Amino acid sequence: MIETRGLARTFTTKHGAVEAVCGVDLTVAPGEIVGFLGPNGAGKTTTLRMLTTLLAPTAGSATVAGHDLRSDPAAVRRRIGYVAQGGGADPLVPVREELDLQARLYDVPDRGERIARLCGRLDLDGLDGRLTAELSGGQRRRLDLALGLVHRPPLLFLDEPTTGLDPQSRGNLWEHIRRMRAEDGTTVFLTTHYLDEADALCDRILIIDRGRIVAAGTPAELKRRIAGDVVTLELGDGPDAAARARDALSGHPGIREAAVTGDTLRLTVENGDRELMTLVRTLDAAGVELAALHLTRPSLDDVFLTVTGRSLRDAA
Amino acid sequence: MSYSSTVPQAAEAGGTSRGPARPPRTASFGRAVRDTRLIFVRCVRQTLRSKVAVVFGALQPLLYLVLFGPLLTELPGVAGFGGDDAWRVLVPGILIQLALFGAGFVGFGLIAELRSGVLERLRVTPVSRVALLLGRVLRDTLVLVVQAVMLLAVGIALGLRAPFGGIVLGLAFVVLLALSIASLSYVLALMTRREDAFAPLLSTVTLPLMLLSGILLPMSMAPGWLDVVSRFTPFRYVVDAARAAFQGRYSSAAVLEGAAVMAAMLVLSVVLGAHRFRRENA
Repeated sequence: MIETRGLARTFTTKHGAVEAVCGVDLTVAPGEIVGFLGPNGAGKTTTLRMLTTLLAPTAGSATVAGHDLRSDPAAVRRRIGYVAQGGGADPLVPVREELDLQARLYDVPDRGERIARLCGRLDLDGLDGRLTAELSGGQRRRLDLALGLVHRPPLLFLDEPTTGLDPQSRGNLWEHIRRMRAEDGTTVFLTTHYLDEADALCDRILIIDRGRIVAAGTPAELKRRIAGDVVTLELGDGPDAAARARDALSGHPGIREAAVTGDTLRLTVENGDRELMTLVRTLDAAGVELAALHLTRPSLDDVFLTVTGRSLRDAA
Repeated sequence: MSYSSTVPQAAEAGGTSRGPARPPRTASFGRAVRDTRLIFVRCVRQTLRSKVAVVFGALQPLLYLVLFGPLLTELPGVAGFGGDDAWRVLVPGILIQLALFGAGFVGFGLIAELRSGVLERLRVTPVSRVALLLGRVLRDTLVLVVQAVMLLAVGIALGLRAPFGGIVLGLAFVVLLALSIASLSYVLALMTRREDAFAPLLSTVTLPLMLLSGILLPMSMAPGWLDVVSRFTPFRYVVDAARAAFQGRYSSAAVLEGAAVMAAMLVLSVVLGAHRFRRENA
């Protein structure tokens, strides 16, 4: 649905050329929800603006929704929907007029029906006479979504879809996005700097930092591949128990890292679920007594930290 | 390194086709006309929601007419008037001033739409890029015509006497001028993108142009050097042409020169505007 090769954008400023996006290769399959995760200024929005024909790339090529981005942007526009970070509804225009204009611009044949159905699905019923400025934050966001979906695009771009929404509206919007994919098979490409959003919503995540994609995979894959699971062992008997446990486990194939702090041994393990039993058996055989055992999955923040050397919260 | 999807290549919708051939020229022309109408109707609706602004927009020239006009009528035989009625000199000037300032400020509205994301949302749709400009410009021109007719009515009430044909011809000049100034205002708005950059630039450009055009008093009254400078500004010719039209001198040199200057300015500004709207980063 999206395929880019070396997509790049350089801005010329007073202080010289700034490479906002430097050579992005990515592929998105039909029906996927792909999250573009990164701190502010990482190049997420610039990439999105290139993919949505708003900004010409300075290098590279891309095929979006079956059409070449550079040679046929008009065909790309007909097949994509785009919801910008700040939305795009005029505050002084009634909801009905905004949707109607949008549908006309896309030549939607069954305009009235489509708008009615969309409003029903996105809980916008009964709001059509309101000015968009009079809507609540969540309602406005759903209207933005409706504007992006009115022409049934096979591919939808969402730029920071839930920024500024309260937790309940966020969850509600995620639900709508999931349903849209389930019912219409819409491919969704979204940017976010929220880890929980990427985790909860996306089939696959691309992590972008300083204009480059630095990691990609399903949320689970990323966490496993990059950070590994963390197994924390609390050891009961004796001051050197933790060290003994470490020695007993050294050379164990699944273990990437082992660190002793006091009575605890912290292991970074490739696949915690699978390793847990053998760890216990090995320790048992070595006669080390175990007081407690925790398996924690790394968060995407751990992943980000591993990949970029910075915490996403600090970077943002 | 490529981050290909793990999903097996599930035949991308549309496949590898490079898309249908570009629509023929006539289709894209039809699209431009249709989209221009859609954008025009949207803009007119927005204007109708703030009717008061239309009246207030004409307030400044109206004040000139009511509070300054009577002074001119007390100056009989001033050299530059050519012995003509002061209202026939003042009213065309005020109409041009209306076009210059009224249409000059339309860029502010576009900056608001840039900020609210409306323009970007529209630019992602297949809408004709030229329609985004023309729909707005036509609305602005319509507003200007309504305001000009209001001013003319007041002028006539105050004592303006001019042939009907001359008034219509003068209005035609106002319409063309409004089209062209509104386009230029949008170009300037898209270049500056912020009110605090747009506003000072706008007044820096419009004020000298207004003074040099002889809107308030005819440039034929000016000393030699000022007259020469004013001949380098386009509005000078348009103002002279509108005045000649109000005097019924339809085929005078002033009208013909004004028409030529106006046509050149119109083509230039609409082409510039269309180019700017078509540019990817507008």
